[in-house]
Amino acid sequence: MLQVRNVSKSFGDRQVLRDVSLAVGPGEYVAIVGESGVGKSTLLNLIAGLDVPDSGELLLESTDLARLDEQQRTLVRRTRMGFVFQAFHLLPHLTVARNVALPLALNGVSGVAASTRVEELLDAVGLADRASSLPRELSGGEMQRVAVARSLAHRPALVLADEPTGNLDPDHAATTLELLRAQIRRDRAAGILVTHSATAAASTDKVYELTRHGLALRA
Amino acid sequence: MKAPASTPLRLGPGTWRARWALFEATVLGPLRLVPGRTALAVVAIALGVALGFAVHLINRVAADEVQGASRALFGLADFSVQAPGLGFDEQLFPVVAQVPGVAVASPVVEVQVRLPGRDRNLKLVGIDAFRAARLQPALAEGAAERGRAGHGLLAADSVWLSSAAAQALDLDVDDDLEVQVALDRVRLRVAGVLPPGAYAQPVGVLDIAEAQWRLGRLGRLDRIDLRLEARADRAAVRAALERVLPPGVQLVTPGEATDDAVRLTRAYRSNLTALALVALFTGAFLVFATQSLAVAHRRREIALLHAMGLTVREQLVASLLAGTLVGALGAALGLLLGSFVARAGLAAFGGDLGAGYFRGVAPQLEVAPGEVAVFFLLGVLASLVATYGPAREAASVPAARALKAGDEAPLAVRRHGVVASLLLLAAIAALMLPPVDGVPLPGYVSIACLLFGAVLLTPGVAAWIFDRLLQPTGAAWRQIAVAQLRGTARRATVSIAAVLVSFSLMVAMAIMVFSFRESLETWMERILPADLYVRAGSATPTAFLDPAAQGVISGLDGTTRIDFVRFQDVALPGERRPLTIIARPIEEANAERVVPIRRFDERPAPAGTVPVWASEAALDLRGFDVGTVFDLPLGGRVVRASVRGVWRDYERPGGAIVMNRDEFVQLTGDRNATTAALWLREEVQADDFSARLRDALKQRSGDYDVGVPGAIRQRSLALFDRTFAVTYLLEAVAVLIGLFGISASMSSQVLARRGEFGMLRHLGVTRREIGRMLAFEGAALGTIGVLAGLVVGGVISLVLIFVVNRQSFHWTMDLHVPWLALAVLSGVLVAAAAATAMVSGRRAMGDDVVRAVKEDW
Repeated sequence: MLQVRNVSKSFGDRQVLRDVSLAVGPGEYVAIVGESGVGKSTLLNLIAGLDVPDSGELLLESTDLARLDEQQRTLVRRTRMGFVFQAFHLLPHLTVARNVALPLALNGVSGVAASTRVEELLDAVGLADRASSLPRELSGGEMQRVAVARSLAHRPALVLADEPTGNLDPDHAATTLELLRAQIRRDRAAGILVTHSATAAASTDKVYELTRHGLALRA
Repeated sequence: MKAPASTPLRLGPGTWRARWALFEATVLGPLRLVPGRTALAVVAIALGVALGFAVHLINRVAADEVQGASRALFGLADFSVQAPGLGFDEQLFPVVAQVPGVAVASPVVEVQVRLPGRDRNLKLVGIDAFRAARLQPALAEGAAERGRAGHGLLAADSVWLSSAAAQALDLDVDDDLEVQVALDRVRLRVAGVLPPGAYAQPVGVLDIAEAQWRLGRLGRLDRIDLRLEARADRAAVRAALERVLPPGVQLVTPGEATDDAVRLTRAYRSNLTALALVALFTGAFLVFATQSLAVAHRRREIALLHAMGLTVREQLVASLLAGTLVGALGAALGLLLGSFVARAGLAAFGGDLGAGYFRGVAPQLEVAPGEVAVFFLLGVLASLVATYGPAREAASVPAARALKAGDEAPLAVRRHGVVASLLLLAAIAALMLPPVDGVPLPGYVSIACLLFGAVLLTPGVAAWIFDRLLQPTGAAWRQIAVAQLRGTARRATVSIAAVLVSFSLMVAMAIMVFSFRESLETWMERILPADLYVRAGSATPTAFLDPAAQGVISGLDGTTRIDFVRFQDVALPGERRPLTIIARPIEEANAERVVPIRRFDERPAPAGTVPVWASEAALDLRGFDVGTVFDLPLGGRVVRASVRGVWRDYERPGGAIVMNRDEFVQLTGDRNATTAALWLREEVQADDFSARLRDALKQRSGDYDVGVPGAIRQRSLALFDRTFAVTYLLEAVAVLIGLFGISASMSSQVLARRGEFGMLRHLGVTRREIGRMLAFEGAALGTIGVLAGLVVGGVISLVLIFVVNRQSFHWTMDLHVPWLALAVLSGVLVAAAAATAMVSGRRAMGDDVVRAVKEDW
């Protein structure tokens, strides 16, 4: 599903990533951990197509993101990727259901197909009764569950989660992680979780550690 | 083992529902989220469109009415022979009528008469009913039909009124209409009322012989309307006619005459329109400010959409759609408001908004779909242009950085030094250009360049002030405020620019109007040096002080000097614009004491020339200068006149020349006077003398005004204030827009910083300290905007006074700055900025600060 091959990235004189490689298959859910400043966010931005590597390949379903222009990368994100952020980033002026339906709208999916999918996801994250609520009416845990549902709405090939439990208390964090893992598996997507939290990392299938020397599978 | 990959949900082709959902998410949602800010932008556009549309409607309606009135009077004529002022000798009629190619010649006496006892004039038209029936059937036939009942045009002492006149004067058939001739009343009987469709304006029609006799115009005609034979060569007939016309008499086509009527007011109308469009510009700038701040506020939201796959082009389109919506709503509201204001304006002030250009015109408002469409598009376009910059910024939000927790995006200040310098150079270059067809277009282009240049300079200047002049020292709240201003310089410059634009326009208008008012007051003191003035009429040539009345006034005891002054319009050879001759006692030696001379010719007048002193407009409009010798038609002949000096005149836009009255009488034989200026002996009281004067003239039944200079000045200044009422309205709108701008930008910034306030409250900063911090920031932004507005507004006022005004009206004025008013307004704006910031802060701090902190992580 995702192949990262010998990717390097520098900012000025500072080499952040050097020859990083990673492979994630369908239904596979991996964590990337590491100290602050080692380049976790940079790697995530490269995989998301928000930035381009200096060298190496980033293959998503055989498409090399590094060779695409900005417009093409944007369209790949639209159709094949889902995101969960630490700060939720729900649109404040849309209801819960409409926030979840947003990726569907972006992909031209509407009507029964869209509403069925939204209902299905809200049911899965336990928020079926909050469909018409606005984000400001939700707790932090609820907002993040909406974000998880949104990330999976259009059945992306790759789900990227950047510290999704950073703003949540342990109970809500555990629920969110379990939900993310279950949904990724159910939809046969590839999942990458970037985190500082050992507990969060433990919820994934594999844990990679990013250090100044590179990315290595933790035993 | 390879597991099957996730398959995407069935991708749709982009159904309308999905598009609507996207539209809601990216266009409607953000507008609905901040209803106050959206409403503000809508109102800003609405005000601009309303003002522009109202002024356009009033101008257009008034011009249409003038043209319509002129066309109706000419009827079916091909040419008209005419002379301003006293008209011409009726012996010209048979000469003109016999020119080969002329089929019908219809003589006309046309005068504005004063209606004694009523504060108004009426146009009386004396026609030959039989000849006019073929040229002005609307006027003649209506009367002829009813005439069979014995009340025709030929009946003695009879006048027919148009419906508008009958209505305005509240007169009906068999009522009496009193008109003034010299200082006496002449009674005419209303013989009939013309059908409503015959002539739309207030006018009275009577037999030409009756008009000549009763209105003191014996032997004189004002017009001869001509219809040519069907196969006549128009050019050849025109040439033949021009050969037989004496000096001062012109041949015009009805089209030329109606154009002249409208051209007289074009400068006034174009200036009003330009001012109204300035209001639309400030409205558009407010949209720019609100949209810029919306982009700053929605930065993460936009980044999220981009991360989710919204393309740069889609984001751009979404922002522009939002701008279009705001523009369309504002324009629609503005059109409604504008037509309402136009109706109210026409009802209250008339077609010239009180300026006195369209006397006797009673306009009706009809709105054409074309003009509605134009102003609607103008409103939408203004909003779209204003949105384009912020939309591009929104489309270029870097998603990765903007989504990172804690990113508050201290956007780099964009400096536009080169473009700003080029615009300022263009502003100077435009000032070198002449007006375009009498309209000071280059002056307005210069003002636009100045404004845009100043706006583009704002970021650099603001950043310099934040870095160099505001030091992060003192109390913690002050340090935070300075850091905030420095860190968000780009947002701050939007606030400053909003204040700059609105305040500079207000400053410019205030200085221009104040300068004009002060100059007018000084001018009136200068031209009204006598103790008492007697006036029989100004726009009405039939009301005058005849020699008998002059004798009565001269015979009264108590005066040291009396100047009788005659106003008479003439047309110089080859031009149709009237030039007013002011005949009064004046000599080369004492000219400076008689009129406010600005320049004079030190050389003696060329031999054989009549010395005249010309107003600035008289010279500008004709390309003359001090020392110019020109042909002046007077009393049916041409004399050589020499311009001895130039003086300032705010009364006659077509220009005026002052000449010695004795020479005027000698050349024209006209011994009447329009006004008399009386200097009283020291011990004589003006009121006592007025009473004696009225007593002495009690045998004369007509109206005349007796006034002391103070009262005349007061009346004139009241008229000035009424004329400039619309500019005061524009100033008020500019101030409101400025305050809205500050309010919108401060509210947005404060709301965007709720997390920061929460954090500060966690750290122990008191609410009062946060309030102070915000007030400091608001006051700092307001002060910079106001100071910049004062500078830019000052420069624009110089362009208005010395270029736009001069090119429009051809008179000069001195620069006077309303320091006190500007200081008070500046203080109010700065205080309003500080207060708005504090109020916005209180709102933000009323929320749950813990939540605010969480949001900002």
